[in-house]
Amino acid sequence: MGKTIAEKILSEHSNKDAYANDIVVANIDIAFVQDGTGPLTIQELQKLGKEEVFNSNRTMLFIDHAAPSPREELSNAHSILRNFAKKTGVRLYEIGAGISHQILIEDHVNPGEVIVGADSHTCTSGAMGAFATGMGSTDIAIAMALGKTWFRVPETFRINIDGKLSRGVYSKDLMLHFIGIIKADGATYKSLEFAGETIENMIMSERLTLANMAVETGAKTGLIASDKKTKQFLEQQGRGNRFKTIRSDEDAIYERNIDIDASNIVPMVSAPYAVDNVKTVEKVTGIKVDQVFIGTCTNGRLEDLRVVAEYLKGKKKHVDTRLIVAPASRTVYFQAIKEGIIQILVEAGALIFPPGCGACVGIHGGILGNNEVCLSTQNRNFKGRMGNPRGEIYLCSPATAAISAIKGEITDPRERI
Amino acid sequence: MKLIGKALKFEDNISTDLIIPGRYFHLRTDLQELAKHVLEDADPDLAKKVQKGDFVVAGKNFGMGSSREHAAIVIKLTGVSAVLAKSFARIFYRNAVNIGLPVLELDTNGIDEGNELEVDLSRGIVFNKTKKFEMRVKPLPKVMVNILEDGGLVAHIKKHRDFKLD
Ligand code: SF4
Repeated sequence: MGKTIAEKILSEHSNKDAYANDIVVANIDIAFVQDGTGPLTIQELQKLGKEEVFNSNRTMLFIDHAAPSPREELSNAHSILRNFAKKTGVRLYEIGAGISHQILIEDHVNPGEVIVGADSHTCTSGAMGAFATGMGSTDIAIAMALGKTWFRVPETFRINIDGKLSRGVYSKDLMLHFIGIIKADGATYKSLEFAGETIENMIMSERLTLANMAVETGAKTGLIASDKKTKQFLEQQGRGNRFKTIRSDEDAIYERNIDIDASNIVPMVSAPYAVDNVKTVEKVTGIKVDQVFIGTCTNGRLEDLRVVAEYLKGKKKHVDTRLIVAPASRTVYFQAIKEGIIQILVEAGALIFPPGCGACVGIHGGILGNNEVCLSTQNRNFKGRMGNPRGEIYLCSPATAAISAIKGEITDPRERI
Repeated sequence: MKLIGKALKFEDNISTDLIIPGRYFHLRTDLQELAKHVLEDADPDLAKKVQKGDFVVAGKNFGMGSSREHAAIVIKLTGVSAVLAKSFARIFYRNAVNIGLPVLELDTNGIDEGNELEVDLSRGIVFNKTKKFEMRVKPLPKVMVNILEDGGLVAHIKKHRDFKLD
Protein backbone atom coordinates (compact mmCIF):
# COMPACT_ATOMS: atom_id res chain seq x y z
CA MET A 1 0.00 0.00 0.00
CA GLY A 2 1.33 3.43 -0.93
CA LYS A 3 2.50 5.90 1.68
CA THR A 4 2.26 9.61 2.31
CA ILE A 5 5.38 11.61 3.19
CA ALA A 6 4.51 11.43 6.89
CA GLU A 7 3.97 7.65 6.75
CA LYS A 8 7.27 7.16 4.92
CA ILE A 9 9.40 9.20 7.28
CA LEU A 10 7.81 7.80 10.42
CA SER A 11 8.07 4.22 9.11
CA GLU A 12 11.74 4.66 8.43
CA HIS A 13 12.40 6.19 11.85
CA SER A 14 10.45 3.54 13.76
CA ASN A 15 11.52 0.48 11.74
CA LYS A 16 7.86 -0.35 11.25
CA ASP A 17 5.50 -0.40 8.34
CA ALA A 18 3.49 2.49 9.73
CA TYR A 19 0.27 3.98 8.43
CA ALA A 20 -2.09 6.72 9.57
CA ASN A 21 -3.46 6.24 13.08
CA ASP A 22 -0.70 3.82 14.15
CA ILE A 23 1.17 4.73 17.31
CA VAL A 24 4.93 4.50 16.84
CA VAL A 25 8.08 5.29 18.75
CA ALA A 26 10.35 7.06 16.27
CA ASN A 27 14.00 8.01 16.43
CA ILE A 28 14.54 11.73 16.09
CA ASP A 29 17.27 13.59 14.26
CA ILE A 30 17.07 17.02 15.89
CA ALA A 31 15.60 18.23 19.19
CA PHE A 32 15.63 21.87 20.24
CA VAL A 33 14.15 24.43 22.61
CA GLN A 34 13.97 28.21 22.75
CA ASP A 35 14.33 30.59 25.69
CA GLY A 36 10.63 30.50 26.56
CA THR A 37 10.37 26.72 26.73
CA GLY A 38 13.98 25.66 27.42
CA PRO A 39 14.33 26.29 31.16
CA LEU A 40 11.39 23.96 31.85
CA THR A 41 12.88 21.30 29.55
CA ILE A 42 16.15 21.45 31.48
CA GLN A 43 14.31 21.21 34.79
CA GLU A 44 12.47 18.07 33.60
CA LEU A 45 15.70 16.53 32.30
CA GLN A 46 17.21 17.05 35.71
CA LYS A 47 14.22 15.35 37.35
CA LEU A 48 15.04 12.40 35.15
CA GLY A 49 18.58 12.55 36.53
CA LYS A 50 19.99 13.27 33.07
CA GLU A 51 22.89 15.56 32.38
CA GLU A 52 23.62 14.36 28.86
CA VAL A 53 21.60 14.35 25.65
CA PHE A 54 21.20 11.77 22.88
CA ASN A 55 23.43 13.70 20.49
CA SER A 56 24.96 17.04 21.41
CA ASN A 57 25.56 17.99 17.76
CA ARG A 58 21.87 17.71 16.99
CA THR A 59 20.45 19.19 20.18
CA MET A 60 20.12 22.95 20.16
CA LEU A 61 19.13 25.81 22.40
CA PHE A 62 18.03 29.11 20.85
CA ILE A 63 17.79 32.44 22.64
CA ASP A 64 15.46 34.15 20.20
CA HIS A 65 12.22 35.17 21.96
CA ALA A 66 13.60 37.69 24.42
CA ALA A 67 16.81 38.58 22.67
CA PRO A 68 18.38 40.63 24.15
CA SER A 69 16.73 40.17 27.53
CA PRO A 70 14.52 43.07 28.64
CA ARG A 71 14.33 42.06 32.33
CA GLU A 72 16.15 40.23 35.07
CA GLU A 73 13.81 37.22 35.24
CA LEU A 74 14.48 36.52 31.58
CA SER A 75 18.22 37.11 31.94
CA ASN A 76 18.20 34.47 34.66
CA ALA A 77 16.25 32.10 32.41
CA HIS A 78 18.90 32.66 29.73
CA SER A 79 21.63 31.80 32.26
CA ILE A 80 19.97 28.41 32.80
CA LEU A 81 20.30 27.70 29.07
CA ARG A 82 23.90 28.93 28.90
CA ASN A 83 24.97 26.80 31.87
CA PHE A 84 23.28 23.74 30.44
CA ALA A 85 25.05 24.25 27.11
CA LYS A 86 28.42 24.52 28.86
CA LYS A 87 27.80 21.36 30.85
CA THR A 88 26.45 19.20 28.04
CA GLY A 89 28.19 20.61 24.99
CA VAL A 90 24.92 21.15 23.09
CA ARG A 91 24.75 24.06 20.64
CA LEU A 92 23.58 27.34 22.01
CA TYR A 93 22.53 30.08 19.62
CA GLU A 94 23.02 33.37 21.41
CA ILE A 95 21.03 36.58 21.20
CA GLY A 96 21.33 38.06 17.73
CA ALA A 97 21.80 34.73 15.93
CA GLY A 98 18.14 34.74 14.92
CA ILE A 99 14.97 32.69 15.11
CA SER A 100 15.30 28.94 15.74
CA HIS A 101 13.29 27.87 12.69
CA GLN A 102 15.32 30.04 10.33
CA ILE A 103 18.68 28.86 11.70
CA LEU A 104 17.57 25.23 11.54
CA ILE A 105 16.79 25.64 7.86
CA GLU A 106 20.02 27.49 7.14
CA ASP A 107 22.33 25.13 9.03
CA HIS A 108 20.79 21.81 10.04
CA VAL A 109 17.63 20.32 8.55
CA ASN A 110 17.79 17.73 5.75
CA PRO A 111 15.01 15.96 3.82
CA GLY A 112 13.65 12.80 5.43
CA GLU A 113 14.61 13.75 8.99
CA VAL A 114 12.43 13.92 12.09
CA ILE A 115 12.69 17.28 13.85
CA VAL A 116 11.04 18.01 17.21
CA GLY A 117 11.17 21.36 18.95
CA ALA A 118 9.61 23.06 21.93
CA ASP A 119 8.06 25.70 19.74
CA SER A 120 4.81 25.37 17.84
CA HIS A 121 6.27 26.65 14.56
CA THR A 122 8.73 23.75 14.36
CA CYS A 123 6.54 22.67 11.44
CA THR A 124 8.40 25.28 9.34
CA SER A 125 11.08 22.70 8.49
CA GLY A 126 8.42 20.57 6.81
CA ALA A 127 9.10 22.67 3.71
CA MET A 128 12.39 20.76 3.40
CA GLY A 129 10.64 17.39 3.29
CA ALA A 130 11.37 16.72 6.97
CA PHE A 131 8.75 15.53 9.46
CA ALA A 132 8.91 18.48 11.82
CA THR A 133 6.53 19.15 14.67
CA GLY A 134 6.23 21.28 17.80
CA MET A 135 5.83 19.83 21.28
CA GLY A 136 5.95 20.99 24.87
CA SER A 137 8.97 21.22 27.17
CA THR A 138 8.57 17.80 28.82
CA ASP A 139 8.15 15.95 25.53
CA ILE A 140 11.33 17.59 24.28
CA ALA A 141 13.17 16.79 27.51
CA ILE A 142 12.41 13.11 26.98
CA ALA A 143 13.25 13.33 23.26
CA MET A 144 16.61 14.92 24.13
CA ALA A 145 17.33 12.24 26.71
CA LEU A 146 16.25 9.17 24.72
CA GLY A 147 16.70 10.32 21.11
CA LYS A 148 13.16 9.21 20.36
CA THR A 149 9.53 10.06 21.01
CA TRP A 150 6.10 8.58 20.39
CA PHE A 151 3.81 9.72 17.59
CA ARG A 152 0.38 8.94 16.34
CA VAL A 153 0.99 8.74 12.58
CA PRO A 154 -1.21 11.51 11.17
CA GLU A 155 -3.70 11.24 8.36
CA THR A 156 -2.81 13.53 5.48
CA PHE A 157 -4.68 16.33 3.73
CA ARG A 158 -3.22 16.84 0.28
CA ILE A 159 -3.48 20.41 -0.95
CA ASN A 160 -3.06 20.53 -4.72
CA ILE A 161 -2.22 24.02 -5.85
CA ASP A 162 -2.01 24.87 -9.52
CA GLY A 163 -1.79 28.12 -11.45
CA LYS A 164 0.42 31.16 -11.21
CA LEU A 165 0.14 33.69 -8.41
CA SER A 166 -0.67 37.15 -9.80
CA ARG A 167 1.74 40.04 -9.42
CA GLY A 168 1.59 41.47 -5.90
CA VAL A 169 0.28 38.16 -4.53
CA TYR A 170 2.62 35.93 -2.49
CA SER A 171 2.75 32.58 -0.75
CA LYS A 172 1.57 34.32 2.44
CA ASP A 173 -1.65 35.35 0.67
CA LEU A 174 -2.07 31.78 -0.55
CA MET A 175 -1.65 30.42 2.96
CA LEU A 176 -4.08 32.94 4.50
CA HIS A 177 -6.58 32.03 1.78
CA PHE A 178 -6.15 28.35 2.62
CA ILE A 179 -6.53 28.95 6.38
CA GLY A 180 -9.72 30.87 5.64
CA ILE A 181 -11.10 27.76 3.95
CA ILE A 182 -9.91 25.11 6.37
CA LYS A 183 -10.22 27.16 9.61
CA ALA A 184 -8.14 27.18 12.79
CA ASP A 185 -9.01 23.63 13.82
CA GLY A 186 -9.83 22.18 10.40
CA ALA A 187 -6.67 20.07 10.22
CA THR A 188 -6.14 19.23 13.90
CA TYR A 189 -3.73 16.25 14.25
CA LYS A 190 -3.36 16.00 10.47
CA SER A 191 -0.36 16.29 8.23
CA LEU A 192 -0.69 18.79 5.38
CA GLU A 193 1.05 17.98 2.11
CA PHE A 194 1.37 20.94 -0.23
CA ALA A 195 1.79 19.85 -3.83
CA GLY A 196 1.13 20.88 -7.42
CA GLU A 197 2.62 23.13 -10.05
CA THR A 198 2.50 26.29 -7.92
CA ILE A 199 4.53 24.63 -5.16
CA GLU A 200 7.02 23.13 -7.61
CA ASN A 201 7.72 26.62 -8.91
CA MET A 202 8.22 28.13 -5.47
CA ILE A 203 11.68 28.74 -4.04
CA MET A 204 12.44 27.54 -0.50
CA SER A 205 11.68 30.87 1.15
CA GLU A 206 8.12 30.87 -0.22
CA ARG A 207 7.60 27.23 0.75
CA LEU A 208 8.73 27.95 4.29
CA THR A 209 5.95 30.51 4.72
CA LEU A 210 3.36 27.81 3.93
CA ALA A 211 4.83 25.13 6.18
CA ASN A 212 5.32 27.66 8.97
CA MET A 213 1.60 28.36 9.23
CA ALA A 214 0.47 24.72 9.07
CA VAL A 215 0.01 24.81 12.85
CA GLU A 216 -2.48 27.66 12.38
CA THR A 217 -4.91 25.05 11.02
CA GLY A 218 -4.23 22.72 13.95
CA ALA A 219 -1.99 20.48 11.80
CA LYS A 220 0.88 18.49 13.25
CA THR A 221 3.15 19.28 10.33
CA GLY A 222 3.11 20.88 6.88
CA LEU A 223 5.11 18.90 4.35
CA ILE A 224 6.48 19.56 0.90
CA ALA A 225 8.18 16.86 -1.19
CA SER A 226 11.91 17.43 -1.66
CA ASP A 227 12.84 18.21 -5.26
CA LYS A 228 15.18 20.22 -7.49
CA LYS A 229 14.49 23.39 -5.53
CA THR A 230 15.28 21.66 -2.25
CA LYS A 231 18.50 20.37 -3.73
CA GLN A 232 19.46 23.83 -4.97
CA PHE A 233 18.80 25.27 -1.55
CA LEU A 234 20.87 22.62 0.20
CA GLU A 235 23.74 23.14 -2.24
CA GLN A 236 23.65 26.86 -1.61
CA GLN A 237 23.88 26.13 2.13
CA GLY A 238 26.82 23.77 1.60
CA ARG A 239 24.87 20.57 2.36
CA GLY A 240 24.13 19.40 -1.18
CA ASN A 241 25.33 15.93 -0.19
CA ARG A 242 22.46 15.63 2.30
CA PHE A 243 19.81 15.81 -0.40
CA LYS A 244 17.45 12.90 -0.68
CA THR A 245 14.18 12.59 -2.56
CA ILE A 246 11.20 12.36 -0.25
CA ARG A 247 7.76 12.29 -1.78
CA SER A 248 4.49 10.46 -1.35
CA ASP A 249 3.66 7.38 -3.43
CA GLU A 250 1.22 7.65 -6.34
CA ASP A 251 -1.21 5.37 -4.52
CA ALA A 252 -0.87 6.96 -1.08
CA ILE A 253 -4.15 7.41 0.76
CA TYR A 254 -5.20 10.92 1.69
CA GLU A 255 -7.99 11.70 4.10
CA ARG A 256 -8.86 14.75 2.02
CA ASN A 257 -7.83 16.32 -1.26
CA ILE A 258 -8.18 20.07 -1.52
CA ASP A 259 -7.68 21.84 -4.83
CA ILE A 260 -6.71 25.49 -5.04
CA ASP A 261 -6.33 27.62 -8.13
CA ALA A 262 -3.53 30.04 -7.28
CA SER A 263 -4.31 32.38 -10.16
CA ASN A 264 -7.56 33.46 -8.46
CA ILE A 265 -5.95 34.49 -5.20
CA VAL A 266 -5.74 38.17 -4.26
CA PRO A 267 -3.87 39.91 -1.40
CA MET A 268 -5.31 38.74 1.94
CA VAL A 269 -5.22 39.65 5.62
CA SER A 270 -6.23 37.91 8.83
CA ALA A 271 -8.29 40.35 10.86
CA PRO A 272 -8.35 40.42 14.70
CA TYR A 273 -8.46 38.18 16.74
CA ALA A 274 -8.17 34.95 14.76
CA VAL A 275 -5.86 33.75 12.03
CA ASP A 276 -8.85 32.21 10.22
CA ASN A 277 -10.73 35.52 10.23
CA VAL A 278 -9.48 36.02 6.70
CA LYS A 279 -10.52 38.89 4.42
CA THR A 280 -9.28 40.29 1.15
CA VAL A 281 -7.11 43.37 1.51
CA GLU A 282 -9.71 45.17 -0.59
CA LYS A 283 -12.31 44.70 2.17
CA VAL A 284 -10.12 46.33 4.83
CA THR A 285 -8.42 48.97 2.70
CA GLY A 286 -8.16 52.32 4.43
CA ILE A 287 -7.93 51.07 8.03
CA LYS A 288 -5.42 53.31 9.78
CA VAL A 289 -2.24 51.53 10.88
CA ASP A 290 -0.24 52.65 13.92
CA GLN A 291 2.54 50.11 13.55
CA VAL A 292 3.86 47.88 10.80
CA PHE A 293 6.02 44.93 11.80
CA ILE A 294 8.01 43.03 9.19
CA GLY A 295 9.89 39.92 10.24
CA THR A 296 9.38 36.58 12.08
CA CYS A 297 9.79 32.93 11.13
CA THR A 298 6.95 33.41 8.65
CA ASN A 299 8.24 36.33 6.60
CA GLY A 300 11.54 37.68 7.87
CA ARG A 301 13.76 36.17 5.21
CA LEU A 302 16.01 37.88 2.67
CA GLU A 303 13.49 37.37 -0.15
CA ASP A 304 10.84 39.10 2.00
CA LEU A 305 13.10 42.02 2.78
CA ARG A 306 13.93 42.39 -0.92
CA VAL A 307 10.23 42.80 -1.69
CA VAL A 308 9.87 45.33 1.10
CA ALA A 309 12.88 47.30 -0.13
CA GLU A 310 11.40 47.42 -3.62
CA TYR A 311 8.38 49.24 -2.25
CA LEU A 312 10.26 51.48 0.16
CA LYS A 313 13.13 52.52 -2.11
CA GLY A 314 13.27 56.31 -2.22
CA LYS A 315 10.04 56.58 -0.19
CA LYS A 316 9.26 57.45 3.41
CA LYS A 317 7.02 55.63 5.79
CA HIS A 318 3.88 57.51 6.82
CA VAL A 319 4.50 60.02 9.60
CA ASP A 320 1.86 58.45 11.89
CA THR A 321 2.98 54.88 11.36
CA ARG A 322 5.89 53.21 13.12
CA LEU A 323 7.84 50.73 11.02
CA ILE A 324 9.77 47.91 12.70
CA VAL A 325 11.81 45.35 10.78
CA ALA A 326 13.48 42.30 12.36
CA PRO A 327 15.57 40.08 10.06
CA ALA A 328 14.97 36.39 10.79
CA SER A 329 18.64 35.60 11.31
CA ARG A 330 22.09 37.15 11.39
CA THR A 331 22.76 35.67 7.96
CA VAL A 332 19.65 37.35 6.59
CA TYR A 333 20.66 40.62 8.28
CA PHE A 334 24.19 40.52 6.94
CA GLN A 335 23.07 39.73 3.41
CA ALA A 336 20.48 42.53 3.60
CA ILE A 337 23.25 44.94 4.57
CA LYS A 338 25.41 43.80 1.66
CA GLU A 339 22.55 44.23 -0.80
CA GLY A 340 21.83 47.75 0.45
CA ILE A 341 18.38 46.74 1.71
CA ILE A 342 18.98 47.88 5.27
CA GLN A 343 20.04 51.32 4.05
CA ILE A 344 16.84 51.65 2.01
CA LEU A 345 14.74 50.63 5.00
CA VAL A 346 16.47 52.97 7.43
CA GLU A 347 16.21 55.86 4.97
CA ALA A 348 12.50 55.14 4.70
CA GLY A 349 12.21 55.56 8.46
CA ALA A 350 12.29 51.94 9.61
CA LEU A 351 13.65 50.84 12.96
CA ILE A 352 15.77 47.69 12.60
CA PHE A 353 15.45 45.20 15.47
CA PRO A 354 18.09 42.58 16.20
CA PRO A 355 17.58 39.26 14.42
CA GLY A 356 15.09 37.19 16.43
CA CYS A 357 11.40 37.06 17.20
CA GLY A 358 11.26 40.83 17.60
CA ALA A 359 7.82 42.25 18.28
CA CYS A 360 5.98 39.01 17.41
CA VAL A 361 5.17 37.77 20.86
CA GLY A 362 4.91 40.92 22.98
CA ILE A 363 7.91 40.41 25.20
CA HIS A 364 10.43 43.09 24.56
CA GLY A 365 9.58 45.73 22.04
CA GLY A 366 6.91 46.96 19.71
CA ILE A 367 4.15 46.41 22.28
CA LEU A 368 0.90 47.95 21.13
CA GLY A 369 -0.99 50.71 22.94
CA ASN A 370 -4.71 50.47 23.66
CA ASN A 371 -6.81 50.42 20.50
CA GLU A 372 -3.74 50.57 18.30
CA VAL A 373 -3.67 48.66 15.04
CA CYS A 374 -0.64 46.73 13.88
CA LEU A 375 -0.16 45.23 10.45
CA SER A 376 2.33 42.38 10.70
CA THR A 377 3.94 39.72 8.54
CA GLN A 378 3.83 37.25 11.46
CA ASN A 379 1.62 34.19 11.82
CA ARG A 380 -0.67 34.94 14.77
CA ASN A 381 -3.02 37.74 15.73
CA PHE A 382 -4.59 36.30 18.88
CA LYS A 383 -5.83 38.68 21.53
CA GLY A 384 -2.83 39.80 23.58
CA ARG A 385 -0.30 38.40 21.12
CA MET A 386 1.79 41.57 20.86
CA GLY A 387 1.66 42.26 24.56
CA ASN A 388 -1.66 44.10 24.88
CA PRO A 389 -5.11 42.49 24.65
CA ARG A 390 -6.51 45.90 23.67
CA GLY A 391 -4.32 46.12 20.58
CA GLU A 392 -5.41 44.76 17.20
CA ILE A 393 -3.23 42.77 14.80
CA TYR A 394 -3.81 42.18 11.09
CA LEU A 395 -1.61 39.62 9.34
CA CYS A 396 -0.43 40.12 5.77
CA SER A 397 2.36 39.62 3.24
CA PRO A 398 5.56 41.69 3.28
CA ALA A 399 4.36 43.57 0.18
CA THR A 400 1.07 44.59 1.82
CA ALA A 401 2.98 45.56 4.96
CA ALA A 402 5.46 47.70 3.02
CA ILE A 403 2.98 49.69 0.95
CA SER A 404 0.70 50.17 3.96
CA ALA A 405 3.63 51.58 5.94
CA ILE A 406 4.01 54.25 3.25
CA LYS A 407 0.31 55.04 3.08
CA GLY A 408 -0.34 54.81 6.82
CA GLU A 409 -3.39 52.67 6.16
CA ILE A 410 -4.05 49.16 4.87
CA THR A 411 -3.37 49.31 1.14
CA ASP A 412 -3.50 46.81 -1.71
CA PRO A 413 0.07 46.10 -2.85
CA ARG A 414 -1.08 45.80 -6.46
CA GLU A 415 -1.89 49.50 -6.42
CA ARG A 416 1.65 50.53 -7.22
CA ILE A 417 2.61 47.76 -9.59
CA MET B 1 -10.94 7.86 40.36
CA LYS B 2 -13.87 10.25 40.72
CA LEU B 3 -13.49 14.02 40.52
CA ILE B 4 -16.19 16.39 41.73
CA GLY B 5 -16.41 20.12 41.12
CA LYS B 6 -18.18 22.90 39.29
CA ALA B 7 -17.85 23.97 35.69
CA LEU B 8 -16.06 27.17 34.66
CA LYS B 9 -17.24 27.73 31.13
CA PHE B 10 -15.21 29.11 28.21
CA GLU B 11 -15.80 29.51 24.48
CA ASP B 12 -14.20 28.01 21.37
CA ASN B 13 -10.57 28.60 20.37
CA ILE B 14 -9.09 29.52 23.73
CA SER B 15 -5.48 30.21 22.75
CA THR B 16 -2.39 29.71 24.88
CA ASP B 17 -1.96 33.48 24.54
CA LEU B 18 -5.24 33.78 26.48
CA ILE B 19 -4.25 31.15 29.05
CA ILE B 20 -0.89 32.76 29.82
CA PRO B 21 -0.42 36.04 27.96
CA GLY B 22 2.99 36.91 26.49
CA ARG B 23 3.20 39.97 28.71
CA TYR B 24 3.83 37.55 31.62
CA PHE B 25 6.58 35.72 29.74
CA HIS B 26 9.05 36.61 32.49
CA LEU B 27 6.93 34.74 35.06
CA ARG B 28 7.49 31.39 33.40
CA THR B 29 10.16 30.65 35.98
CA ASP B 30 7.73 31.65 38.80
CA LEU B 31 4.70 29.52 38.02
CA GLN B 32 2.83 30.22 41.29
CA GLU B 33 2.87 33.90 40.39
CA LEU B 34 1.97 33.17 36.76
CA ALA B 35 -1.00 31.10 37.93
CA LYS B 36 -2.57 34.28 39.37
CA HIS B 37 -3.05 35.46 35.77
CA VAL B 38 -4.40 32.23 34.33
CA LEU B 39 -6.94 32.88 31.56
CA GLU B 40 -7.24 36.47 32.70
CA ASP B 41 -7.83 37.87 29.21
CA ALA B 42 -10.74 35.43 28.74
CA ASP B 43 -12.20 35.90 32.25
CA PRO B 44 -10.51 38.56 34.42
CA ASP B 45 -12.00 37.11 37.64
CA LEU B 46 -11.06 33.51 37.07
CA ALA B 47 -8.10 33.29 39.43
CA LYS B 48 -10.35 34.65 42.20
CA LYS B 49 -13.33 32.42 41.63
CA VAL B 50 -11.66 29.10 40.84
CA GLN B 51 -11.91 26.53 43.64
CA LYS B 52 -9.96 23.36 44.13
CA GLY B 53 -11.47 20.56 42.07
CA ASP B 54 -13.25 22.81 39.53
CA PHE B 55 -13.32 21.95 35.84
CA VAL B 56 -12.42 24.20 32.94
CA VAL B 57 -15.13 23.46 30.36
CA ALA B 58 -14.68 24.84 26.85
CA GLY B 59 -15.79 24.62 23.25
CA LYS B 60 -13.63 23.40 20.41
CA ASN B 61 -9.86 23.76 19.84
CA PHE B 62 -8.90 24.48 23.47
CA GLY B 63 -5.24 25.46 23.89
CA MET B 64 -4.57 26.46 20.29
CA GLY B 65 -1.36 28.26 19.45
CA SER B 66 1.98 28.10 21.13
CA SER B 67 3.74 25.08 22.61
CA ARG B 68 4.12 26.68 26.05
CA GLU B 69 3.55 23.83 28.47
CA HIS B 70 3.33 26.40 31.25
CA ALA B 71 -0.28 26.91 30.06
CA ALA B 72 -1.26 23.42 31.16
CA ILE B 73 0.82 23.66 34.33
CA VAL B 74 -0.78 26.88 35.59
CA ILE B 75 -4.27 25.51 34.98
CA LYS B 76 -3.32 22.55 37.17
CA LEU B 77 -1.68 24.80 39.77
CA THR B 78 -4.91 26.73 40.33
CA GLY B 79 -6.49 23.48 41.53
CA VAL B 80 -8.48 22.72 38.36
CA SER B 81 -8.84 18.93 38.26
CA ALA B 82 -9.48 18.44 34.53
CA VAL B 83 -10.18 20.31 31.30
CA LEU B 84 -13.28 19.28 29.33
CA ALA B 85 -13.62 20.47 25.74
CA LYS B 86 -15.22 19.59 22.42
CA SER B 87 -11.70 19.30 21.01
CA PHE B 88 -8.15 20.24 21.90
CA ALA B 89 -5.19 21.65 20.01
CA ARG B 90 -2.70 18.81 19.77
CA ILE B 91 0.33 20.30 21.53
CA PHE B 92 -1.77 21.39 24.51
CA TYR B 93 -3.37 17.95 24.66
CA ARG B 94 -0.02 16.17 24.87
CA ASN B 95 1.36 18.74 27.32
CA ALA B 96 -1.60 18.32 29.67
CA VAL B 97 -1.19 14.55 29.77
CA ASN B 98 2.58 14.87 30.19
CA ILE B 99 2.18 16.99 33.32
CA GLY B 100 -0.68 14.89 34.68
CA LEU B 101 -3.67 17.15 33.94
CA PRO B 102 -6.61 15.07 32.62
CA VAL B 103 -8.07 16.34 29.34
CA LEU B 104 -11.47 15.02 28.34
CA GLU B 105 -12.94 15.31 24.88
CA LEU B 106 -16.73 15.33 24.76
CA ASP B 107 -19.68 17.44 23.63
CA THR B 108 -19.70 20.23 26.21
CA ASN B 109 -22.85 21.96 24.94
CA GLY B 110 -24.93 20.46 27.76
CA ILE B 111 -22.73 21.94 30.48
CA ASP B 112 -23.40 25.48 31.75
CA GLU B 113 -21.29 27.75 33.95
CA GLY B 114 -21.57 26.62 37.56
CA ASN B 115 -23.01 23.14 36.85
CA GLU B 116 -21.88 20.51 39.35
CA LEU B 117 -20.01 17.72 37.58
CA GLU B 118 -18.81 14.31 38.63
CA VAL B 119 -16.08 12.81 36.44
CA ASP B 120 -15.21 9.13 36.50
CA LEU B 121 -11.79 9.09 34.84
CA SER B 122 -11.29 5.34 34.61
CA ARG B 123 -14.71 4.71 33.08
CA GLY B 124 -14.60 7.84 30.92
CA ILE B 125 -17.94 9.19 32.11
CA VAL B 126 -19.01 12.72 33.01
CA PHE B 127 -22.18 13.07 35.09
CA ASN B 128 -23.83 16.50 35.17
CA LYS B 129 -25.27 16.53 38.70
CA THR B 130 -27.13 19.80 38.18
CA LYS B 131 -28.94 18.65 35.06
CA LYS B 132 -28.86 14.94 35.88
CA PHE B 133 -27.45 13.36 32.75
CA GLU B 134 -24.41 11.36 31.77
CA MET B 135 -21.93 11.80 28.91
CA ARG B 136 -19.22 9.60 27.49
CA VAL B 137 -15.67 10.81 26.95
CA LYS B 138 -13.67 10.01 23.81
CA PRO B 139 -11.01 7.50 24.92
CA LEU B 140 -7.30 8.44 24.96
CA PRO B 141 -4.67 6.33 23.17
CA LYS B 142 -3.28 3.69 25.55
CA VAL B 143 0.14 5.34 25.77
CA MET B 144 -1.52 8.53 27.10
CA VAL B 145 -3.57 6.58 29.63
CA ASN B 146 -0.34 4.98 30.86
CA ILE B 147 1.40 8.37 31.12
CA LEU B 148 -1.54 9.86 33.07
CA GLU B 149 -1.74 6.87 35.38
CA ASP B 150 1.99 7.07 36.10
CA GLY B 151 1.55 10.73 37.07
CA GLY B 152 3.06 12.35 33.99
CA LEU B 153 5.70 11.69 31.36
CA VAL B 154 8.84 12.02 33.48
CA ALA B 155 7.46 9.56 36.05
CA HIS B 156 6.38 7.28 33.20
CA ILE B 157 9.88 7.19 31.69
CA LYS B 158 11.50 6.76 35.12
CA LYS B 159 9.28 3.75 35.70
CA HIS B 160 9.51 2.02 32.31
CA ARG B 161 12.77 3.50 30.90
CA ASP B 162 10.88 3.85 27.62
CA PHE B 163 7.40 4.63 26.28
CA LYS B 164 4.89 1.95 27.16
CA LEU B 165 2.53 1.78 24.21
CA ASP B 166 0.23 -1.02 25.35
S1 SF4 C 1 8.96 34.76 15.24
FE1 SF4 C 1 7.04 34.67 16.40
S2 SF4 C 1 6.02 32.82 15.75
FE2 SF4 C 1 8.17 32.66 15.06
S3 SF4 C 1 9.22 31.55 16.70
FE3 SF4 C 1 9.40 33.72 17.15
S4 SF4 C 1 7.66 34.21 18.52
FE4 SF4 C 1 7.23 32.24 17.52
